[in-house]
Amino acid sequence: MPGKLKAKIVAGRHLPVMDRASDLTDAFVEVKFGNTTFKTDVYPKSLNPQWNSEWFKFEVDDEDLQDEPLQITVLDHDTYSANDAIGKVYIDIDPLLSSEAATVISGWFPIYDTIHGIRGEINVLVKVELFNDLNRFRQSSCGVKFFCTTSIPRCYRAVMVHGFVEELVVNEDPEYQWIDRIRTPRASNEARQRLISLMSGELQRKIGLKVLEMGGNAVVGYLQCFDLEGESGLVVRAIGTACTLDKLSNTYTPATAINPCNSSPSKDIKEAGFGEEAPGVPLSSGPPTPLRAQTFSSFSPSKSYSRQSSSSDTELSLTPKTGMGSGGSAGKEAGPLKALLRQQTQTALEQREFPFFTLTSFPPGFLLHVGGVVSARSVKLLDRIHNPALGNTRSYKLLDWNSFTADEPETRDAWWEEIRQEIKSHAKALGCHAVVGYSESTSICEEVCILSASGTAAILSSRFMQDSALDTEHRLSRQQASVFTSGAEKGEGDMGSTASLGFEDLMSPGCAFCHIPYDELNMPFPAQLTYCHCCRRYKVPDVLFTTIDLPTEANVTGKGCLIQARLCRTKKKAQGEGNATAISNLLPFLEYELHTQLMNKLKLRSMNALFGLRIQISVGENMLLGLASATGVYLTALPSPGGIQIAGKTPSDITYEQHISNMQKKINDTIAKNKELYEINPPDLVEEVIGSPIPEPRQRSRLFRSHSESSDEVSELDLSHGKKDAFVLEIDDTDAVEDIHSLLTDAPTPPGFYSCNTEIMPGIYNWTSALQMFTSVRVFRLSNVNLTNQGLNKVFNDLCENLLKSLYFKLRSMVPCCLCHVNFTVAVPEDELIQVAVTAVAMSFDKDQTQENGRQSIDKNLMKAITENEDQLQFPLELSAESSSNPLNSAKGLSEVSGPLPSARAPSVDYSSFTDRCSSWIEQLRLKAHTIRCGSIKTMSSLEKASPLPEGRSRSLRSNRSYAGSSVTVVKMTPLSFIPGTKIIKYLGIINMFFIRETTSLREEGGVSGFLHSFIAEVFAMVRAHVAALGGNAVVSYNMKECVFMENPNKNQAQCLINVSGDAVIFVRESELEATPPQPHSASAQTSSSGEGT
Amino acid sequence: MSVELDVFVGNTTIMDKEVYQLWLNGYTVNDAVKVRIEGGVMEECEASAEVLLSDTMDQFRTFQMCERLLQNPAKLANQLLFQIPPDRQAMLIERYYAFDDDVVREVLGKKLSKGTKKDLDDVSAKTGITLKSCRRQFDNFKRVFKVVEELKGPLVENIKQHFLLPDQLARDYAAIVFFANNRFETGKKKLQYLTFQDFAFCAGQLINNWTVGAVDNMVEDMDVDLDKEFLQDLKDLKILITDKDLLDQHKSLVCVALRGKTKVFNEMEANFKNLSRGLVNIAAKLTNTKDVRDFFIDLVEKFIEPCKSDKWTATDVNLYLTHYTNSAHILDTFKHQNVWTRYMGVIKSCILRMYHE
Repeated sequence: MPGKLKAKIVAGRHLPVMDRASDLTDAFVEVKFGNTTFKTDVYPKSLNPQWNSEWFKFEVDDEDLQDEPLQITVLDHDTYSANDAIGKVYIDIDPLLSSEAATVISGWFPIYDTIHGIRGEINVLVKVELFNDLNRFRQSSCGVKFFCTTSIPRCYRAVMVHGFVEELVVNEDPEYQWIDRIRTPRASNEARQRLISLMSGELQRKIGLKVLEMGGNAVVGYLQCFDLEGESGLVVRAIGTACTLDKLSNTYTPATAINPCNSSPSKDIKEAGFGEEAPGVPLSSGPPTPLRAQTFSSFSPSKSYSRQSSSSDTELSLTPKTGMGSGGSAGKEAGPLKALLRQQTQTALEQREFPFFTLTSFPPGFLLHVGGVVSARSVKLLDRIHNPALGNTRSYKLLDWNSFTADEPETRDAWWEEIRQEIKSHAKALGCHAVVGYSESTSICEEVCILSASGTAAILSSRFMQDSALDTEHRLSRQQASVFTSGAEKGEGDMGSTASLGFEDLMSPGCAFCHIPYDELNMPFPAQLTYCHCCRRYKVPDVLFTTIDLPTEANVTGKGCLIQARLCRTKKKAQGEGNATAISNLLPFLEYELHTQLMNKLKLRSMNALFGLRIQISVGENMLLGLASATGVYLTALPSPGGIQIAGKTPSDITYEQHISNMQKKINDTIAKNKELYEINPPDLVEEVIGSPIPEPRQRSRLFRSHSESSDEVSELDLSHGKKDAFVLEIDDTDAVEDIHSLLTDAPTPPGFYSCNTEIMPGIYNWTSALQMFTSVRVFRLSNVNLTNQGLNKVFNDLCENLLKSLYFKLRSMVPCCLCHVNFTVAVPEDELIQVAVTAVAMSFDKDQTQENGRQSIDKNLMKAITENEDQLQFPLELSAESSSNPLNSAKGLSEVSGPLPSARAPSVDYSSFTDRCSSWIEQLRLKAHTIRCGSIKTMSSLEKASPLPEGRSRSLRSNRSYAGSSVTVVKMTPLSFIPGTKIIKYLGIINMFFIRETTSLREEGGVSGFLHSFIAEVFAMVRAHVAALGGNAVVSYNMKECVFMENPNKNQAQCLINVSGDAVIFVRESELEATPPQPHSASAQTSSSGEGT
Repeated sequence: MSVELDVFVGNTTIMDKEVYQLWLNGYTVNDAVKVRIEGGVMEECEASAEVLLSDTMDQFRTFQMCERLLQNPAKLANQLLFQIPPDRQAMLIERYYAFDDDVVREVLGKKLSKGTKKDLDDVSAKTGITLKSCRRQFDNFKRVFKVVEELKGPLVENIKQHFLLPDQLARDYAAIVFFANNRFETGKKKLQYLTFQDFAFCAGQLINNWTVGAVDNMVEDMDVDLDKEFLQDLKDLKILITDKDLLDQHKSLVCVALRGKTKVFNEMEANFKNLSRGLVNIAAKLTNTKDVRDFFIDLVEKFIEPCKSDKWTATDVNLYLTHYTNSAHILDTFKHQNVWTRYMGVIKSCILRMYHE
């Protein structure tokens, strides 16, 4: 069924000079969609042409609307020779296809040329008229909403979470076609950009179809990646979580003129209703057959290469352990209701082929228990197109890449399916029926490709699942609406109500997710279990690794911090199978050592859990890089970690012993310092070790070093660290010394800085609106090729550390601040090069207000209440005395209530002290308000934080100066799913952009740094322009998924590919929300405050 | 082993004021790092020299990329490449167009040509300001000159509008443009004691009183060129020195008014005719472009130097000029009162400004 696409070219500005003689340009525009092209008139002799064209109308299938981008080319008219292209703009019109997203695209777009970069801007208007298609067999999936955000988007409510969707499209890479030898780099780049854009559109459409089939109306946690396989092609693949989302109707009408977005449930939601009747549809293209799995690997026993190693808590075993797989056996520790629930969920999940969820944070009550990290890797050989020996029947239809895809996607599909099966079985081994925080990635070097997948094994509530507990769903739905209004990240008044929901009151939500999901008598791996330190009823492990965000309800002591394990291993150069074998032999060691490092660093910081764990393994010609990043925290529910002990091998030697004792002292000092730094003052509980195999004192647990020399150890790799009694670092070789050294050389973050790679930093809640998103890239050249592993390690470690140091220095004016969502990507672009790219956001917070979660929420409301009273005064609260006393307070609270009903939480327990505090706050507020009134204009500057960098500052422009026609909307960008102090009122659609930039005058553009610097700036500019044109003012869940940089300084050339994604949104400041309807909490806070205050 | 590539790009472009100033001052990256280390930023932020180098390089690169936009400040506000808050934009522009008085003093009144630009290494050597910075300043003068040259309307307003400069800076640029256009001689040894601000003040006086714009404010070049008619009229003032009676009358009037009020009365009385001849001759010659160029030199030679040698104080000069101007109005046979006022008003304030004790 058709739709009508309309485009209008309004004007251009800042065009480059194309005619040297006149220093002017005769510009005109070609507008192309599919195979139809329109042209504007030539606007002669101007650098700021005003075309003001008619509406160009394209009548097209909605299938094409989804696949194709609108292509706008700006050209310079030349009477005698061929017209010169100035540049292009690709506009993805997908956001216009959903009734709830943008309605018009209108704004200035940078005109982009792959050789020259941005060359002026063009003003364009685009609209779509869509005729709805009710055909059951349609190929399009217009209206399915896509979100990069890995949680339920802020202004939606999850009616149902359907589950995993995936799709994969393969094509020939235009760069590797024979025609590339005769065409210009520009043409080749543009072909590539266009192809990837087309493939992304197609992929999204296909995923949309799957979602509709499942009865959903949205994809959350949509992650699309492309693999540049070189000669063997280009793979674009995507995964996501299908959901049925419901627009929240209680979104406050914003004070600004933006249209209210309380749209009524669209057609899609109705469809979702019908979809419920259908049984769960298998998502993947076909059941995996082990036979097929073997045929695709071109070398003999394929299994031997595809090295499956699981990290953290699973053993290296593929076979799911019977008796543990089904969750029913775990019912021992739980009440009957819980068991029942489990079974329900079980059935719901078992219908799914892959019970995977790309979400990293969940509606309250959805995530019940977390087992641990599961991961799988496999090394594959990419088969070559031109090699007939591989039995490839493909002919040389190279020009027509669209028609040739015959067997390719299935091969890739099968590869991934194999990996997913493995992940699933790992999860089963952990007694879990689902995998959350799931993600997939690849690393390609020549013809070797490492596929990786990881996630967190978990047990989920059936509440949001299909065909289970539908009645519960109905019963609860109303409550939920109020419960997780906006993802509940701010904890706004949700604390009380969660506990009252159904079965939830059986356990304290603050610790429930830590309780082991597996059977303690039949544990999948050796671990020490203790009773939960919060509720004392269920058992918890001694450490917990996960790939998800810290659940909002989790009880955390102190603050968290970014923990990284970095590793570099040399590898002999090899070809084909040999290379693949070498890599797969190295992989387990790499993972083991990364894991050891993580564990050591975690202990050194006196923490007991990792969130957001992401292990990246990158392969180069002669080395393997491993980088694991995670956010360490101290979960109150888990036992306190023991210290680290160093043991020498030759205790007779006195100097040696001294050396060791010195080191031991250093380590102890560091741990003590870290405890102070991260404010970790765990409650002093009497610890009882129960049920675990080892009744040893906790302070001693053993750490293994792998001796890479002795190969026989491989078979008994122990990843748990729990088997032996002490956490001892044995110094028996230089390696170990080196290890300890590296352990201690991790420079602490400078004062005022915190960092994490999760959405939010535990322990910090009072963000200001100042934020700064950034990308930093470094490439390091190893000039000495004969580096040892240790040398390499040091280089790599220093590279990362220095990069972090630079970041802290750059952002020093934002202190106190936290680097959130720090995302490192490493690559080995060439033989002797290591590339590290970081994208993160720095957010300022108010220093003197470190509050517990629950308190914070009330505190916020209190703020609100007061600001309402005090004619909207805004200023950072200064509650100096509070920060230090709080953790202690909460600790006391906890130890007091360790009774049979542990659901009561600390904040509400010592309410009396809290109210005291309230009153003192109010006094301070008064004082502050007074001084502010006296000091007149101070208000604004203190609201916006004095730092000169952040975007929040933009409002305080000097009023006495005019800025001629500043028409540029400020667009904020953040890798997080929210912007502090604001409310997202509308999602405008997904941003998914791919750019190539190439230069043949590298030196003239300022060398490699100059080239990449301007390219990244250009990418930011184009993202911002697209968001602004959609009517948005921010990008959330921004992610730079790919940054491939290649250079050839001898030829003065360089090329770079960047792929970014995110969600375009409209946000309004909370302070601007007019007449906020008082929430129950704020109302109570208000009364209490007024009561205390007067 | 080396860092081959090192970039940092923020969604909001990060710019450190201190580093920006170092860049503007024309420092090399290494020199800038040295200055920063001495400034103690390392201790403050626990940074290493390496970090500082990386940061400095990065910022210098950013400034370089911005330079193109700074040369056309109006573009800075609606370009899309860098997201810079408006107050930062204003700071960037203001500092980019700021200049050293010492540098501008050297090129003031010279033709803003390639030849002058070539001489900038001398300027650099003399002032101790890096050649790079001198070049930027010179290019700024030239750019402003080129843009406002062909515009209608008040000079200062035009500069403010096109270059988004604050008022004082725009006035200084107006002075530079005015001097360059009229090619006033400022380089002679006798004028060396005068600062740029002295000249800028005089330029302001001339622009406000002697240009076409002073009477009619919608003509081209109104503020840049002197009012030809007025210059022609100035010739009529000659009567003050050619007519013996008038000269004597004028002298006696001034003497009566000043008697007992100044310590240098005798010197004044003795020198009156010389001084009066000097000032009126300057007026009469201003129709010649050559003599316009020598305007300041003439003021110094014909008036300031004689007074100086007689040890007049600034108060004496002020007193004398006030009465000298006013007395002429009482002269019955002197008909050119308006021209006289317009002329002497500027002359008086210029001389007072230029009279350093």
